[in-house]
Amino acid sequence: MIKGSFLVPYIIMLVVEGMPLLYLELAVGQRMRQGSIGAWRTVSPYLSGVGVASVVVSFFLCMYYNVVNAWAFWYLFHSFQDPLPWSVCPLNGNRTGYIEECEKASSTQYFWYRKTLNISPSIQESGAVQWEPALCLILAWLVVYLCILRGTESTGRVVYFTALLPYCVLIIYLVRGLTLHGATNGLAYMFTPKMEQLANPKAWINAATQIFFSLGLGFGSLIAFASYNEPSNNCQKHAIIVSIINSSTSIFASIVTFSIYGFKATFNYESCLNKVILLLTNSFDLEDGFLTANNLEQVKDYLASAYPSKYSEVFPQIKNCSLETELETAVQGTGLAFIVYTEAIKNMEVSQLWSVLYFFMLLLLGIGSMLGNTAAILTPLTDSKVISSYLPKEAISGLVCLANCAIGMLFTMEAGSYWFDIFNDYAATLSLLLIVLAETVAVCYLYGLSRFESDLKAMTGRALNWYWKAMWGGVSPLLIISLFIFYLSDYISTGTLRYQAWDAAQGQLVTKDYPPHALAVIGLLVAASTMCIPLGALGTLITRRLKRGDTAPVA
Amino acid sequence: MTWMDPREVFLRNLHPAFYSTCNNLHCTWDSFECIGLHGQDAENAFKVRLSIRTALGDKAYAWDANEEYLFKAMVAFSMRKVPNRETTEISHVLLCNVTQRVSFWFVVTDPSRNHTLPAVEVQSAIRMNRNRINNAFFLNDQTLEFLRIPSTLAPPTDPSVPIWIIIFGVIFCIVLVATMLLIISGIRQHRRKNKGPSEMEDSEDKCENVITIENGIPCDPLDMKGGHINDAFVTEDERLTPL
Repeated sequence: MIKGSFLVPYIIMLVVEGMPLLYLELAVGQRMRQGSIGAWRTVSPYLSGVGVASVVVSFFLCMYYNVVNAWAFWYLFHSFQDPLPWSVCPLNGNRTGYIEECEKASSTQYFWYRKTLNISPSIQESGAVQWEPALCLILAWLVVYLCILRGTESTGRVVYFTALLPYCVLIIYLVRGLTLHGATNGLAYMFTPKMEQLANPKAWINAATQIFFSLGLGFGSLIAFASYNEPSNNCQKHAIIVSIINSSTSIFASIVTFSIYGFKATFNYESCLNKVILLLTNSFDLEDGFLTANNLEQVKDYLASAYPSKYSEVFPQIKNCSLETELETAVQGTGLAFIVYTEAIKNMEVSQLWSVLYFFMLLLLGIGSMLGNTAAILTPLTDSKVISSYLPKEAISGLVCLANCAIGMLFTMEAGSYWFDIFNDYAATLSLLLIVLAETVAVCYLYGLSRFESDLKAMTGRALNWYWKAMWGGVSPLLIISLFIFYLSDYISTGTLRYQAWDAAQGQLVTKDYPPHALAVIGLLVAASTMCIPLGALGTLITRRLKRGDTAPVA
Repeated sequence: MTWMDPREVFLRNLHPAFYSTCNNLHCTWDSFECIGLHGQDAENAFKVRLSIRTALGDKAYAWDANEEYLFKAMVAFSMRKVPNRETTEISHVLLCNVTQRVSFWFVVTDPSRNHTLPAVEVQSAIRMNRNRINNAFFLNDQTLEFLRIPSTLAPPTDPSVPIWIIIFGVIFCIVLVATMLLIISGIRQHRRKNKGPSEMEDSEDKCENVITIENGIPCDPLDMKGGHINDAFVTEDERLTPL
């Protein structure tokens, strides 16, 4: 999410990191005219591992990402009820109150953790496969299969749909969001920069990370798509336009997000105030309606002075309600989409309509991402002569979807959400940084920056601006190295890695340590993709040595 | 020492602003006896809290003696509805400590007015008729609270088949049918492509079996399959024209 203090680093990182790296990948694809594996092999035979690493990362992404679509389907299907199932707590056994877990947490949290995930208290207790999310996962994979069935011709038409409709929904939400009570609080919070936060390096790191991952660098899909461009295509203009559109969309989505955030924060603040008013009214038997938000402080002072003993009894239960703290509760990732937003939606009028629209948009975005990921895996498979001679395209796609669906069942178990977080945090982050670093270094230093520059000039007819040369050669690799060092030091300094587990008895998240087998899986995830690069170089070295060893005696 | 109504003492201790409006409330004669409750009788008393302004806003009515009378009538009515009990009259229900909030305590005595009815009986009677008591005052369970008497919450209306499964089934079938259609049309296209060249092969075989006869002389058909040598052109051994 983009906050006010975040806007400045975001724009700077876009210009310094996002545009140059995007231009680099598009230029490489357009020049080499092959997919990621072939393109890097052409740049240098020792770099065939880079393309393979991209494919491995895409494979991991395919495995776990569709679970988000399954959850979006689940919420979408439940949005057709009145009242929305996450807006009320279910009743307990003897119908005198609500279920305890729901009382302690909120109804949206209860619906997410208990009804959707049925989450276990820790990652060790895996539990059984939940049939409801499993059904939704099967449906999600069926939809993805339907879209990629016919190959890129059908995927191309679907992408028009999945890329444009979310804009329509965002505009509808913008109009609704801006007219909500309290939206201005959220917007004011978003746009007021806080100078002290700019000094914090974490803000810059977050901005760099967000730009990096939202542009989709390092997956190989950009190179693959650029290889279909004509050689004389002006990819510099395209790179600038695409990155500006991408960032504008992020800022636009953030405006919508923050207006809804402001509404939710204001609503929670006012409920908190009402609870305090009710508590004081009941404890001191004041007239109903006498206490309002305006005179609350005065009356509190009067009561503290007039009835000190009784006031000190009640005082621990009085919460300090603050709009700032409500706005500060930043939640990231799946929690943001499924807990915070549903909480805001349940308080709107005609909440079923807004809920359906929202989860439909989420589905479109998710399916669109999945199409890109599966295309990254399927292209090498269908291009290889060995496999495509035995099986038709539809069968290969079907087998890939089936395999990923079977593996994805792991994420529908009771501990599945914890495994999902592992994959989400570690499968792509470090590997992508390394892949893009390898790409930049390869083009600038292995292939030669001047050689690449003359290639581009011959291809497009335009000279390379000094700005791009400076960025590719110096600034961007340094930036990626510093990001990498930061993440590594973060992992090492916290000692053992931790995760947030849901405690049903307390109704909140608690921090726990990862068990050894989870740490092993994390290590495997990171190693599987990063090791491809050196292994590829090693493999080429060995084959070359062998070839040289074969040819030497002949001469 | 002159006797003072304990309720007035209690009220006077509050802020004068509250007290001045409180004077208009006059409590029933029985309220005095209520203050003297202790021991078992105190346990059988229940506190009631009303939030009329929260519930009704502008249409809020003032709480006066008539409303108290209605309340006593509703409690007596609830006790009367319990089968196999002696009839409870309105005068057996005692209210006291009516505050500005509006909140008060009430207790139900037996006909002899010597002791109070046990809390469990009163509790179950009120729970049975909670809805009617609420409706009499245009309030609900949250705005008319009986402390220590939990309300029975309305069960959620669960349809026999959860709605989400119906919608899931519909979308699943649509996607499945669309996928099947695409796969089948893909297989058909594949078969058509495979049939195309094999159909041409069939016609060539037919040509070989048919020997064209013109004017009774069989013609050698051209070697269409081979395609390397066209016999129609290479007829002489000499390939070069003589000088």
